[in-house]
Amino acid sequence: MFDDFFIRALIAGVGIALVTGPLGCFVIWKRLSFFAGTLAHSALLGVTMAVFFEISIAFCVFIISAILAILLLQLQKKTKLSDDTLLGILAHASLAIGLVVVGFLTTIRFDIMGLLFGDILAVNEIDLLFIWIGGSLILFILKLIWKPLFASTVNNELAEAEGMTPNKFNAIFTILTAAVIAISIKIVGLLLITGMLIIPAAFARNISNNPQQMVVLSTIGGLLSVLIGLFSSLAFNTPSGPSIITAALLLFMLSLFKLKKFSELKK
Amino acid sequence: MNNNKKLLLKLENAGYTVNDKSLVKGVSFEVKQGEIVTLIGPNGSGKSTTAKIALGIHKKIDGKVKKFTNKIGYVPQKISVDWTLPLRVIDFMILTENLTDDQINIALNLTGVEHLKNKNLSNLSGGEFQRVLISRAIAKQPNLLVLDEPVQGVDFKGEVALYELIKKISEKINCGILLISHDLHVVMSATDFVICLNGHVCCSGKPHIVAQNEKYKELFGDRASNVLSLYEHQHDHSHSQDGTINHKE
Repeated sequence: MFDDFFIRALIAGVGIALVTGPLGCFVIWKRLSFFAGTLAHSALLGVTMAVFFEISIAFCVFIISAILAILLLQLQKKTKLSDDTLLGILAHASLAIGLVVVGFLTTIRFDIMGLLFGDILAVNEIDLLFIWIGGSLILFILKLIWKPLFASTVNNELAEAEGMTPNKFNAIFTILTAAVIAISIKIVGLLLITGMLIIPAAFARNISNNPQQMVVLSTIGGLLSVLIGLFSSLAFNTPSGPSIITAALLLFMLSLFKLKKFSELKK
Repeated sequence: MNNNKKLLLKLENAGYTVNDKSLVKGVSFEVKQGEIVTLIGPNGSGKSTTAKIALGIHKKIDGKVKKFTNKIGYVPQKISVDWTLPLRVIDFMILTENLTDDQINIALNLTGVEHLKNKNLSNLSGGEFQRVLISRAIAKQPNLLVLDEPVQGVDFKGEVALYELIKKISEKINCGILLISHDLHVVMSATDFVICLNGHVCCSGKPHIVAQNEKYKELFGDRASNVLSLYEHQHDHSHSQDGTINHKE
C-alpha cells in the first residue's frame, strides 16, 4: 500500500510523539522552551561531527546537547547575565559553529535542508531502533522520577524542604530533553523540534484541567500532528518537519476555541 | 524544657550570606517534639531565611544544621503556580506524599476547604489557598512542621481558628513546629519558645521573658510590649535601618 520508507517514517513519528508528549508538558511547565531550542540549535554541530567521524547522528547530537547543558550551568556560575541571554549566546554560537563546520565539509554530500526541517526519506532501520529503544528508556526514566520532578516543577523550595532532592531530578530531566532531541532530529528537523515539544503540550493545556489529563492529551495531540503531517508530506511533497508542526498548529488553534467555550461556561 | 522529648531540629550558630551580604547570622536553637518555636522580627530580619536554612533550601550556609527527621511539612511564605500547569487542590495535596482519599478529605476538612477539592489552584482566593497549603502540610502527619506566616490573607476569625487548629494538630500528632508569625498576640500566648531576629538573634526565651526584653520593645514598639506585662531591661545595642548593629559606647 505504502512505500517502505513511508512506513518507517510513520513508525518513527509515532515513537517520537509518544515521548515528546509527556516531556513537552514538563518543558512548558518549567518554562524551558528556549532551553530546548538551544539544545536543538546545537544539534547541527552534533550532526556534522557524526558525519565527519562516521558515527551515529543520534549519539553525537546527544553528546553535544549534554555538553551544552553543562556549559550553561558553568556560565550561570561565572556571570550574572540572565539565562535568556546565556541561552541566546549558546544557541546561536553553536548553530554558527555547526554551519562553519558544514562549510569545511565540502567533500561530503550534505543535505542541509533535510537536517534543518526533517526528511522522511532519511529514516532507516537503525534510526527506528534508536527511536523506540531510546524512547522507551526515556519514558521509563520519566515515569520513575515523575513524583520528585513534578513536585520540583510546582515549587522547587517545597520539594527541597520535604526531602525530594530536586536538583538531581532536574539534571536528569535535562539529559532526557537532550535525548529526545537526539532521536527526533531526522523526522522533525533541528529547527522545528522545539515546536514538536511545545505546541502539542500547549494544545493540551487549553483543553485539560489536571496534569495527568494534560500529559495524555499532549501525547494524543503529538500523534495526530505526526499522522496528519506525514500524510500531507507524502501527498503534497512537502518536508516532513514543517508539515507536522503546521498540523500541530492547527490543533492548537482548534483548542483555543474550546478554551473560549470553557471560560464562557464558567461565567 | 522537657528533656525526654525527641529532638527534631538543631541549629548551631547558623547563618547565610549572599553576595557578601549577611542575611542572618549566629542563629542557634532547637525544636523538639510537641513544641512550638516561633521566629519574630521586622521585615528583612532573616526569619524566612532562617527557616530555609533549617529546611536545607539554602545550601552554602555558615554554622551547622542537624535534622533528626525526614518527615517534614512546609508552608512557604510565597508560592505561585503558573497557569500553564493545571493543578487541582487534590493534585497539590499529594505533591510530595502519597495519601489516601480519606487522608486528603480529613486534612481539607480540618481547615474547612473540603469543597475546593476539585477546584483549580489558580482559581482560589488568597485565604483559601493558605488553608490548602496548611492542609497539605499536615496531611502527611509530619514530625516537623515549618510554617512561614501560615495565615496571611486569612480573615480575622479564620486566623484565630487556624492557629487553634495548628496547636491542636501539633498536640494530636505530637510534631514539633517552627513558626514564623507577625501576630504577636498569638506568638506570645500559644508558643513555647520565642526567637526575636534582626539579622541575628536579638533575644530569645519563653514568651513572657522575651516580652519584657528591652530589645524586643525596641523592635516592635511600645504597643507590642503591652501584649504581656513588661518591665525595664538594659540594652547594649540598637539597629540602623539595614539591620546592622550600632553598639552603644
